[in-house]
Amino acid sequence: MTATTSQPTARNAAFAGVLQRQGAAVVLVLGVAASWFAFPHFGTADNLRSLVLQGSFLAVIALGMTFVIISGGIDLSVGSNYALGGVLAAYGAQYGLVVAIVLPLAVCSLIGLVNGVLIARTGMAPFIVTLASLLFARGLLLALTSEGATTYKVDPGSAFLWLGQGTIFGIGVPVYITLVLFALGGLLLRRTRFGQSVFAIGGAEQSALLMGLPVARTKISLYTLSGALAGFAGVLTAAYLQSGVTVIGVGTELDAISVVVIGGTLLTGGAGTIIGTLVGVLLRTLIQNVINQIGTLDSNYQTVVSGAFLLVVVVIQRLLARSRTR
Amino acid sequence: MSSATLTRDRAKVTAWLQNYGVYLAVVVLLLFNVVFTENFLSAANFRTQLVQAAPVCIVALGMALVIGTEGIDLSVGSVMAISAALIPLYLGAGPLTAIIVAVIAGVVSGLFSGYLVAYLGIQPIIATLALLVGGRGLALVIAHGQLVQLHSQEFLELGTGDLLGVPIMVIVAGVLAVLAGLVVQRTTFGRHLVAVGGNRAASTLAGLPVKRVLISVYVISGALAAVAGVLATSRLAASDPSDVGLLMELSAITAVVVGGTPLTGGRVRVLGTVFGALLMQLVQATLIKHNLPDSTAQMVQAAIIVVAVYVARERSSR
Amino acid sequence: MTATTEDDVAMTTAPVLEVAGVTKRFPGTLALDDVSFTLRPGEVHALVGENGAGKSTLIKVLTGVYQPDEGEVRHLGEPVTFKRPIDAQRAGISTIYQEVNLVPLMSIAGNVFLGREPRTKAGLVDWSRMYADARELLKGYGIDDDVKRPLHSLGVGAQQMVALARAVSTDAKVVIMDEPTSSLEPREVETLFEVLNRLHAEGIAIVYVSHRMDELYRVCESVTVLRDGRVVHSGPLATLPRIELVSKMLGREIKQIREEGVTAFGEEHDVEREPLLKAENLAGMRKLHDVSVSIRPGEVVGLAGLLGSGRSETARAIVGAFPLDGGSVLLAGKPLKRNKIKAAMRAGIALLAEDRKTDGIIPNLSVRENIVLAALPSLSPFGLVSKSKQDKIVKIFMDRLRIKASSPEQKVSELSGGNQQKVLLARWLATGPKILLLDEPTRGIDVGAKAEVQALIDELAREGLGVLLISSELEELIDGSDRVVVLRDGSVVGELTGDRITEENVLTAIAAEADNDV
Repeated sequence: MTATTSQPTARNAAFAGVLQRQGAAVVLVLGVAASWFAFPHFGTADNLRSLVLQGSFLAVIALGMTFVIISGGIDLSVGSNYALGGVLAAYGAQYGLVVAIVLPLAVCSLIGLVNGVLIARTGMAPFIVTLASLLFARGLLLALTSEGATTYKVDPGSAFLWLGQGTIFGIGVPVYITLVLFALGGLLLRRTRFGQSVFAIGGAEQSALLMGLPVARTKISLYTLSGALAGFAGVLTAAYLQSGVTVIGVGTELDAISVVVIGGTLLTGGAGTIIGTLVGVLLRTLIQNVINQIGTLDSNYQTVVSGAFLLVVVVIQRLLARSRTR
Repeated sequence: MSSATLTRDRAKVTAWLQNYGVYLAVVVLLLFNVVFTENFLSAANFRTQLVQAAPVCIVALGMALVIGTEGIDLSVGSVMAISAALIPLYLGAGPLTAIIVAVIAGVVSGLFSGYLVAYLGIQPIIATLALLVGGRGLALVIAHGQLVQLHSQEFLELGTGDLLGVPIMVIVAGVLAVLAGLVVQRTTFGRHLVAVGGNRAASTLAGLPVKRVLISVYVISGALAAVAGVLATSRLAASDPSDVGLLMELSAITAVVVGGTPLTGGRVRVLGTVFGALLMQLVQATLIKHNLPDSTAQMVQAAIIVVAVYVARERSSR
Repeated sequence: MTATTEDDVAMTTAPVLEVAGVTKRFPGTLALDDVSFTLRPGEVHALVGENGAGKSTLIKVLTGVYQPDEGEVRHLGEPVTFKRPIDAQRAGISTIYQEVNLVPLMSIAGNVFLGREPRTKAGLVDWSRMYADARELLKGYGIDDDVKRPLHSLGVGAQQMVALARAVSTDAKVVIMDEPTSSLEPREVETLFEVLNRLHAEGIAIVYVSHRMDELYRVCESVTVLRDGRVVHSGPLATLPRIELVSKMLGREIKQIREEGVTAFGEEHDVEREPLLKAENLAGMRKLHDVSVSIRPGEVVGLAGLLGSGRSETARAIVGAFPLDGGSVLLAGKPLKRNKIKAAMRAGIALLAEDRKTDGIIPNLSVRENIVLAALPSLSPFGLVSKSKQDKIVKIFMDRLRIKASSPEQKVSELSGGNQQKVLLARWLATGPKILLLDEPTRGIDVGAKAEVQALIDELAREGLGVLLISSELEELIDGSDRVVVLRDGSVVGELTGDRITEENVLTAIAAEADNDV
């Protein structure tokens, strides 16, 4: 009886769901195809190689952000953590490969852990807690670099540089690392109890609590993971740039949030995919690349287009959600 | 039984801190500086402090109204940049025209975010995030990424001039603060605003013009951010859209939260917001005067935000 | 499932769960006062009491949401402390709540196994097994939908069944059901009872919270009655006459109930002929199909029906707070604009919404501000608030409704439920309405305030207001209304007037239609 009345709406809802999840992918495919024809340089191996390499740093940050946003939270500290991770990696590279990786991961995870503890144990809003740690991490970075005046350089002979500059079959190592991380991330999200808890917390936190899920522990892990991944993106960037650049990462949190949302993850939590985020990152890198291809265009249009694109996606998401409830 | 009275006492202390903590902190910091900081007690120093606090204070007033409706406006810094970028384009037609154009740009930005929030039901954080990302780019596009020196004496008077011995910037901030206070306390709009923030569903059912209220607060916030952009530009004697208002959303939110307005909405504390802005300025000045670097200032600011929100979190949510 | 010899055997076995002398305080209230009760394996134990009697607090103590201030909970004879819900669940105590506590965006199967997903040897979630297990499990609960679909694609009743399946499948020894049938279709209720039978046979103990007498007597063996946080009765149910059970719940003498009814309503009202408000063929959102209601000045029209029958939606639709696809609302012959709350208010219609907390009070504002909220524009020349005008109005209503507050400036959130409700009534009366729509006006408020509110409704009708009264308490509806309109499934299925307004007739109207429907 209920089945017959709800069928057309069910179909609409299913369609809305597909659009929500696959919309970005469709735009990406169309965008790549159009760019291929429009710009002679676009389809060259060099350009495509640099396109995916450029995308990989943001992708690592966005991976952590995907988890956080699915849980209904937000992490604004990733940009600062990213920069801090880079500086620490460049600094640590003096003491060898292990220090260059472990030091930034440890510090950035710790910042993420503090975020998580404050959010999960005191019930403070994620947005404000991570806003504070955005400031804190940036302050720490400045303190470590004599107010931004010191730029740690990585010794050109260091094995550490392979992480950012090495290639396998002509494609940059960061791209492979990113793909591995995304595969692991997908496994974590879809195939573990932890991942299911993340969805549950984002979908209905009160229910998750009543069902006996480890809500606080999951949240703490999430923010720690996000901090660690942001720090690791910094490590890769330091290896790529051969130095700990102090001015990177300003506004990166917004880029990360944008690509996650563009990838179909609901900002209200409870639904989202890892692959969608990857699509979102590629789409953003594509836009950046196209604006560079046009050449005559002011590079500042990049952010204008990003902002507009984010807006369009969010408005569409919202309208779809509305059509689903009606 | 004693544990019950203890928790009640704690609740009382927390409530008191929520209401008066910011004033206490300002007084304590003033006293500290009077005793430990050289040359603190001078008219020139007070002028500097107030002038520096003015733009944040103005932006924070708008932010307080937005937060009062359980919203947030991340776009304020970018709106300042847009306003700054427009000034040199219209300064030729006179300072007043330039200022009006800048403020109109702020109003339009506010209308835009307000429409997204009120009519499309998009979360404030994301609606204004889009403008934060795109707005500064737009400002830079308008200004071709250039810093422009300004030479109109009349316009520069705004940022550097005095009226009856008080800096014009401070007067503007003061007048706006008084207006904001009156609006919140004494107009139906102000009371509606607080009601909408306190309980949206109930306000809708009570027949309040919820959407109009929401759109209005974003318009006011946008306009105030534009005014702050004008003042900052005038004081700098240059239009610098790449730098003006950077991280302003952070400072403004901090001032509002430190001033005792809960992020959960339903309450707007105008005087607290003004003092919140003053407090953050004083903190920075104190650290600088004691030769502590900017890095420390940022970390201290982070700690203050956390403490303020911790104290204020009676009914927590995202 | 009435008491049999088998049950008598069960009664003699050791209790699976005991509550001994539990007290729980909240600021300003004593929610549980020295409460004790015992649950044996295989027993179906009714937990009854009016709103605010302490049922939900007791449930929360049993499930580890709250910890008792005094007394203890014993599980299989051993004292236990459940610090968190997971502790209780590990001890085999599962709960299904009145409002579905699942995750709407997750798949049906994901919800059933959330937190205990079957895993492969590698430790990864085994989706194919999970889907298969969920399908198998849910068949026993009358759900044969695709378990991969998100939970929110199911109806509320089916979601409730999923919650039940989840609760039972966790190797539960005790299942607590908080008003499990409130959102179920009759067919689903039958399925639920079958499940109860099965659980009973398996020796699982059930705490059954419900207001529906028929159900209680049909499935429960024993009963514990709570009132004002205290246990007022505990014992076998079958031998306890209904009227006595009701009197214990209400705390009134049986004689009193018979003589004067349980409510504070007076006699019928003089009613004018011409309807002031006519709502015709309201339809929308798949919740209202065809509802027509008219209200005359001075008349109290009761709206009866089960939860989900469209009562609240009808009231909301009349003030424009529920999106309509069809139908019209006419006030004094003039049609109102659809979906415009403001227009309905200006025309003189006021709605006291069902949920005081989410749809009523503005917690941060004072009593004064909450009262004048809706009338504010008319009290404020040029948008400027005039405090003296407000004070006058506020004083009138605080006196008339006997609102107990330390001052008009006290925060409304600090008042008791009854006084908050009166503040909301004052808010609407201050707008000078001609039609008052009251959705559960006495729910969750204390007995004294309840009587006052009921008397006030009476008085308002006498003064010529048209009132629409929604209440899930049948006696309130029957005593208070001049006419009762019965809803089912978003349509009007009957209308009763005068002497025809009896509990039996209302129930018959609801039930008769239910039979035709399935």
